Amino acid sequence: MSTIQTEGTEEVHPDVLLVNQARAGDVSAFEKLVRQYDRQVFRIAQHITQNREDAEDVVQDAFLKAYEKLEQFQGNSKFYTWLVRIAVNESLMRLRKRRTGRMVSIDEDVETEEGSMPRDLADWGPDPEQQYGQSEMAEILRKTVQGLPPGFRVVFVLRDVEGLSTEETAETLGLSIPAVKSRLLRARLQLRERLNRYFRDRNKDGAK
Amino acid sequence: MTCSEFLAQLDDLMDNNVTVTMRADLEAHLKGCEHCVITLNTTRKTIEIYRKHEIYELPNDLRDRLQKAILSKCRNC
Ligand SMILES: [Zn+2]
Repeated sequence: MSTIQTEGTEEVHPDVLLVNQARAGDVSAFEKLVRQYDRQVFRIAQHITQNREDAEDVVQDAFLKAYEKLEQFQGNSKFYTWLVRIAVNESLMRLRKRRTGRMVSIDEDVETEEGSMPRDLADWGPDPEQQYGQSEMAEILRKTVQGLPPGFRVVFVLRDVEGLSTEETAETLGLSIPAVKSRLLRARLQLRERLNRYFRDRNKDGAK
Repeated sequence: MTCSEFLAQLDDLMDNNVTVTMRADLEAHLKGCEHCVITLNTTRKTIEIYRKHEIYELPNDLRDRLQKAILSKCRNC
């Protein structure tokens, strides 16, 4: 991420400048932050809640909360990861509400049975996506990620889709680094396994 | 190196987070193991596909509603 140089030697992230302006009463500075991150927050909320209405509410609530709590933001962490933490918490709360009676926790399904070795050896074609249209592709990807346990899904979306580091993901979720790593591996392998049925190279496959 | 040992390093390998010696060991394993080559390639591709496709588009009206909600909380607007 880019940073700009201030008079001193310290580098200040542009987000921090916007936060400071917003704190000083400039609401348009906060609106800039909203436009910068609303897509990501929505994506994260959708990935976790798997419910469009909930995801929209999460975006609304997360930004409003961030705006109200702006005083509590510590300039030494990134605004984005701070915002993501708020959004993840809101999302998990909504997910729990929807699934009353079913425990939902991001600690769910973590007991690691070994042998997550992929069973299916088939390689994918050079451009496996080309056999599907845009919207069909999006549908396949949504269906596939939906099947992951929430605790894996959230790690996958933060690490692989939004590009947070392992450390940032661990901090955001209150997990240890080894826990993040183990979930990420299992999430990636499970997704791979599930996408395999759509993408396996049919030329090498014989009749299907 | 066994396939399980290879798999344990898969993420670090993809994230470019392995030592030179480890990388050499992993590459040596890949030379003799088609299974792990395929696992590595298709897992990489899985991540790439998810990064490339926007599967949850931001609803059009959400921005407007959000902006209104924020302005209503603004102390000095
Ligand atoms: Zn192997």
